[in-house]
Amino acid sequence: MTVFRDLSQHILDIYENGVKAGATLITVDIEEDLQQDLLTITLCDNGAGMDAEMLQHIADPWVTTRTTRKVGLGIPFFKQTAEMCGGNFAIHSQPGQGTTTQASFQYSHIDRPPLGDVATTVTCMIVGYPQVDLYYHHHLIGLTSPAEEEFILDTREVRAVLGNEVPLSDPEVLGFLRNTLEAGLSGITPH
Amino acid sequence: MKNLAELRKIKERALQRRQLSGTEARARVTVAMGTCGIAAGARETMKAILAEIEQRQLKDVVVTQTGCIGLCEYEPLVKIQVGAEEPTWYGKIDAARAATLIVKRLVAGEPVPEWEVKTAK
Repeated sequence: MTVFRDLSQHILDIYENGVKAGATLITVDIEEDLQQDLLTITLCDNGAGMDAEMLQHIADPWVTTRTTRKVGLGIPFFKQTAEMCGGNFAIHSQPGQGTTTQASFQYSHIDRPPLGDVATTVTCMIVGYPQVDLYYHHHLIGLTSPAEEEFILDTREVRAVLGNEVPLSDPEVLGFLRNTLEAGLSGITPH
Repeated sequence: MKNLAELRKIKERALQRRQLSGTEARARVTVAMGTCGIAAGARETMKAILAEIEQRQLKDVVVTQTGCIGLCEYEPLVKIQVGAEEPTWYGKIDAARAATLIVKRLVAGEPVPEWEVKTAK
């Protein structure tokens, strides 16, 4: 059992770890590969990174909640969910080199939580941390033609248009981003 | 990315608004989105707040988020600060309550004591 009902909640939680680590750019990559029956979620940040000792502790909820409160329960939950669904979980990190968190799932596994409302999740990332750049990449490899579909949202592109005067947190900009996400992601349907 | 032309128009409108009303936001809405908040449905709360603000064209309201504030049992938690007033925390704000809270507090300008959480800082 985990507290999160869908995978996008895990993604938001892991994203916040990257923000706390001082990242200025976080990459969120979701790959739905129906041909290999695999769902892979990868988050990569350019934050402070962790040393080997911290990495060892990070997947242990009892150690992390008591000694490193900043990390919390998010990672153990995510790991448990992946491993419960015939998948794998890995974190790669080095001090000063950022952190990459990857979870994979058997796509068709009966216990695999749905991806959930990714459009809202990504909106929350931007609302919450408008100072952090987000590169979101969603890739689907389907069983029938057209085999591949792709959606990319890069806040650096958005920022380049807006300049310094208008922040990403402007209500109308957020509305635009949400519509772009919803339209783009509705085009990615497993087939 | 597509629609960059639309984004340019949005930028122009935002700059015009700013010239009219200055850079100060009228109110600030914060949603607590730590692990506990997300698990309690803070994302749906955030979505409802953004939708309500957009629908009612409350363009001088800034929305942001924060982490766990140590009151996990009251999640989803929402903080509203109007102008320079002391901010107020509201507890157990699900999507339905969120829309009502925005309307009562920021459109009608009334206090909403029934959902206030007094112990929060």
